[in-house]
Amino acid sequence: MEIDPRTLLAIAGIALATYATRVGGFVFIRFLNIKGRAKVALDAMPPAILMAVITPTILTTGVAETLAAAITAGAAILRLPLIVVVVIGVGSVVVLRALL
Amino acid sequence: MKRLMESDGWSESSAPRSLSAAMTVGAAAVLDHSRGRDGYAGLGMLNAGFFKAGDFRRGLVDILPILAAAFPIGLLWGALAVKTGLSPLEATLTSASTSAGAAQFVAVNLWHDPVPWLMVTFSVFVVNLRHVMMGASLSRHTTHIPENMRALAMFLMTDEVWALSERRVLSQPLTWSYYLGLGVPLWINWVVATVIGAIVGHSLSDPAIYGFDFAFAALYISILTGFWRGPQTGAVLAASAATAVLTKLLLPGAWYIAVGGLAGVAVAIMTETRNVMHGD
Repeated sequence: MEIDPRTLLAIAGIALATYATRVGGFVFIRFLNIKGRAKVALDAMPPAILMAVITPTILTTGVAETLAAAITAGAAILRLPLIVVVVIGVGSVVVLRALL
Repeated sequence: MKRLMESDGWSESSAPRSLSAAMTVGAAAVLDHSRGRDGYAGLGMLNAGFFKAGDFRRGLVDILPILAAAFPIGLLWGALAVKTGLSPLEATLTSASTSAGAAQFVAVNLWHDPVPWLMVTFSVFVVNLRHVMMGASLSRHTTHIPENMRALAMFLMTDEVWALSERRVLSQPLTWSYYLGLGVPLWINWVVATVIGAIVGHSLSDPAIYGFDFAFAALYISILTGFWRGPQTGAVLAASAATAVLTKLLLPGAWYIAVGGLAGVAVAIMTETRNVMHGD
């Protein structure tokens, strides 16, 4: 087991690029006075980002994924515990992939 | 499990903790004020009760389904990394220092000999741009995380840790213990899965067979429902969804998350401004 210097450079690059994005928004926002529009924008970020993350997976992967997402959303709206919703989601996608 | 952790794990430390509390108080009285504070900042943090076993456990329970889902994906990444030409040690080092699933898969896909490190680094940066928005949003809720721990907190901020933290602050403050309960098990899980995948990974099958890939979407759907505040949320989500799909179809890579998210935020600002103009 040895580490190639060029590989090490790439690993460091990946790690630093990732950490920069993780810490960047956090640091940036501390220099801002959060009120008015900035507050509205930040409040909207969690749902907006989550939606952007999942929608392509749900809508462009296949029918099984789209249906499983609808079932999962139903379970989530019923306010079932998080782990139950995830199990229902995974279970329904397995069944639907086998059927469709 | 609850009993086990309470009786064997955490409560044992309460005795030395109160002992050190007494020492700190005594020492602070002897030393001059500011020096006493600086010198015992670490102990003071424990004494002030920053570590709450119940919160840590709550975080662990919440991240549990993701541990199960991320493990086979970590195995897959470890196996893929070795197949691409990284040594098991290099693969492990990558997972331990980066701990970002999507970015690591992108990196390995671009990997060849000699490794184009600048291109790999830039691609990873683009894939992770969503973290900038996540960090910005989460930064307002970190007041209960000790200041000297926030750099570590951001290191642990994966998508899943961020999403569950945002969910947590809908109902109560985000404590450092809860955050550690999410982030530390997930990090360990990812590194261990990588090691195993890198060493024995060749015979593993695709996690999609077991539906593990869908666990992340299911988690985010579940968290998303907690953010519903009426029709305005609907408009934000519709804009974000439509823009994300369109961007995904038009642009390669992971731009769709940042672009979709920004579209949702733009609609939130526009609808809010309209409400203000109508005097709501």
